Amino acid sequence: MTVDMSQFYQVFFEEAGEHLSNMENLLLSLDIESPEQEDLNAIFRAAHSIKGGSATFGFTDIAEVTHILESLLDRIRNGELALQKDMVDVFLRAGDILKDQLAAHQNDEESDAEAARGVCEELTRWQHSDESAAPAKVAQPPESTPPADTATAPEQRYTITFTPSSSPTEHGVHMENMAAELGKLGSVDILAEGSAEHPVWRFALTTAAPEEAIRELFDFFAQPTDVVIESAAPAPDEEEQGYGFFTDIAPPEEETEQGYGFFTDVDAVRKTAEEEAQGYGFFEKIEPPKETAPAAASGGGAGRREAGPKGDAASPGKRGGDKAAPAAQTESIRVSVEKVDQLINLVGELVITQAMVAQTASKLPPDVHETLQVSLSQLEHNTRDLQESVMSIRMMPISFVFSRFPRVVRDLSSKLNKQVELKTVGEGTELDKGLIEKLSDPLTHLVRNSLDHGVESPEKRLAAGKPAKGTITLRASHQGGNVVIEVIDDGAGMDREKILAKAKERGIPVSDTMPDQEVWQLIFEAGFSTAEVVTDVSGRGVGMDVVKKNIIHGMGGRIEMESHNGAGTRIIIRLPLTLAILDGMSVSVGGDIFITPLTYIVESLKPRAEDIKTVSGRGRVVYVRGEYVTLLSLHDVFNIKPVVTEPQDGILVLVEAEGKKVALFVDELVGQHQVVIKSLETNFRKVAGISGATIMGDGKVALILDISSLVRLSQG
Amino acid sequence: MAKSVLTVDDSASIRQMVAFTLKGAGYDVVEAVDGMDGLQKAKTKPFNLILSDQNMPKMDGLTLIKSLRALAQYKTVPILMLTTESSDGMKAQGKTAGATGWLVKPFDPQKLLEVVKKVIG
Repeated sequence: MTVDMSQFYQVFFEEAGEHLSNMENLLLSLDIESPEQEDLNAIFRAAHSIKGGSATFGFTDIAEVTHILESLLDRIRNGELALQKDMVDVFLRAGDILKDQLAAHQNDEESDAEAARGVCEELTRWQHSDESAAPAKVAQPPESTPPADTATAPEQRYTITFTPSSSPTEHGVHMENMAAELGKLGSVDILAEGSAEHPVWRFALTTAAPEEAIRELFDFFAQPTDVVIESAAPAPDEEEQGYGFFTDIAPPEEETEQGYGFFTDVDAVRKTAEEEAQGYGFFEKIEPPKETAPAAASGGGAGRREAGPKGDAASPGKRGGDKAAPAAQTESIRVSVEKVDQLINLVGELVITQAMVAQTASKLPPDVHETLQVSLSQLEHNTRDLQESVMSIRMMPISFVFSRFPRVVRDLSSKLNKQVELKTVGEGTELDKGLIEKLSDPLTHLVRNSLDHGVESPEKRLAAGKPAKGTITLRASHQGGNVVIEVIDDGAGMDREKILAKAKERGIPVSDTMPDQEVWQLIFEAGFSTAEVVTDVSGRGVGMDVVKKNIIHGMGGRIEMESHNGAGTRIIIRLPLTLAILDGMSVSVGGDIFITPLTYIVESLKPRAEDIKTVSGRGRVVYVRGEYVTLLSLHDVFNIKPVVTEPQDGILVLVEAEGKKVALFVDELVGQHQVVIKSLETNFRKVAGISGATIMGDGKVALILDISSLVRLSQG
Repeated sequence: MAKSVLTVDDSASIRQMVAFTLKGAGYDVVEAVDGMDGLQKAKTKPFNLILSDQNMPKMDGLTLIKSLRALAQYKTVPILMLTTESSDGMKAQGKTAGATGWLVKPFDPQKLLEVVKKVIG
């Protein structure tokens, strides 16, 4: 039968991805001086698992890198090589390469073979960095996975099968000596110890000495015919066979071809050398199976004797140390986002329907209404709970985004020769999956920016009386219906004068009396960069405007900054919990209802006539708490016949976006609602000043105001 | 009645591949995600063959094999180690633990089937 392996690829990609990110996290948190054994084991296992899967599914490039990675990790976790910072760097780079390779396979593209080769070479170099110490260890042969290329110098590995023809009772003495003699040639490993019933010994010898030297040595002890020396160099058919039995299952002749053998009878033992090359075998007779236990027992000595470095791998001590392992399947199920979104949509409809029923019921005669009321409020309660639970399916902890930053900070700070510590606070804060995905890029940009422009070099910091090591803090928290994410650095802070000078140079209209908040917002202008030296990290002036666009337009968020010269900068991002629902204030304008997102509202007020002024070229402004704010009549913007024509008869809703305030003139405030956002673009077309629509309780459509674009509109 | 196989592997992709292949050949297949899970599942019903990975969280393959061999109902049931560890050391440990044989990763489905057929028909 042929099995289409490609059906398992997706699962492999996912699990390999998980292993890689786990590996990276573990590597980053590793204490280089005294790494936790459990962490080393977990890192090893991650590489090991990826190797197994990639080799099975034919991703040889991945298998190649992971193989070398694994061999090196194995030596480290066994204490044969000391971990070094540079080594971790190479591991991280190897992880990157693997991610690329994985992505390439996923997208049917070519990965960068050159880079992979480079990393493999580096890993191999580390692998052999202590070559001289190797013989002291029990043979640690390169794994037999074929694609890997760990050519170990000119050393050769032999499997020696020794079946003494003389009396078995003498062997005990001989064997001790034999092993010692072999040990002089290289590293020796006793594979099987003979017993009175099965006088067959097997040794694995890794040595640079020629085969003759080994034979000479045996000649001294025994008849030449008693000894079979075979080179255990990777046999070409190894991968073709790849399995084995330790017991009788087929006649020896076939065995040789098939590549398996039996440890329980002498014939089979003679065959084990071939078996080696095949890669599979049985330990004992499969029929009758009763012999299983005794056979295993007789092999016990050999097993223990050669446990060697691999012993750690099998020791129970490492259990539970695997943080890289995926959670047991029973704990979670994978559901496509589409299904979840459909559910969210349906619940959204349900919320609307519920509101309709409530509204209709309120028109019923009071006695009927009253009897309905109890069940209606119960329904409302349940609907809200249902909506919350469904929304929570899409919620993910922000640690999904934060987790990439230790690496970003590590790489970048060493590149810039800065010392930076990253602190993350509130990683458990949950927000919508859609937002999580969109947040990653802008946040990366902000962190890079803080590192590049904010945190100073150690010398400068020391001179300024600060600790040499700077700190960047990423903090997430819930505030009301918002998620607030802060990027805080204790660096030099932003230079107001420099920014203003730069803005003038760029022809951006500024005044020296601008409030700080507005000055800081200037850095989000396209093409704005104050970095004196343009680095490849940041400072090309592209990006911050994109960051702002992404956060505001892509995520319905807001971005604020605080900066103190010499003390650092705090960037505050406010995001809605989700893109699907919105807390809004409904306002009426000429009989139509509009929704103003609550996050933008500063206050609502009824102005006095004398506070309204008309400024030529700027239209009307209103005097609020010591400042003049542009007044924007929504009925003018949307061409609606107004019910209220004078601001003092209506209501002004003061909103703030992009650091600027505008007073929206509306007829009246209607109420506060949680509304389900429906896209206007997909159902109709993009309308300036409108970000979406929603269906109100009475079944009417209300438009949601796009405050940012209204603010821009008011600025002319 | 179809012969039943328990496949123990922490890698979902390998597990699925093994299960798919063996189910296609008419075997009943039960999957377990690590040694601990495998041991528990093995206790719930008798299997004709157990395929186990070596490197797994919670409980590794060797420990699983030893634990199974300690159970009366698994004294003689064939157990194959599926492992990338093809070194003699690993094989000897497997043998000591009581494994019936080994199958080196990577293997293809045909090879797997060939070996399984050889063991339980």
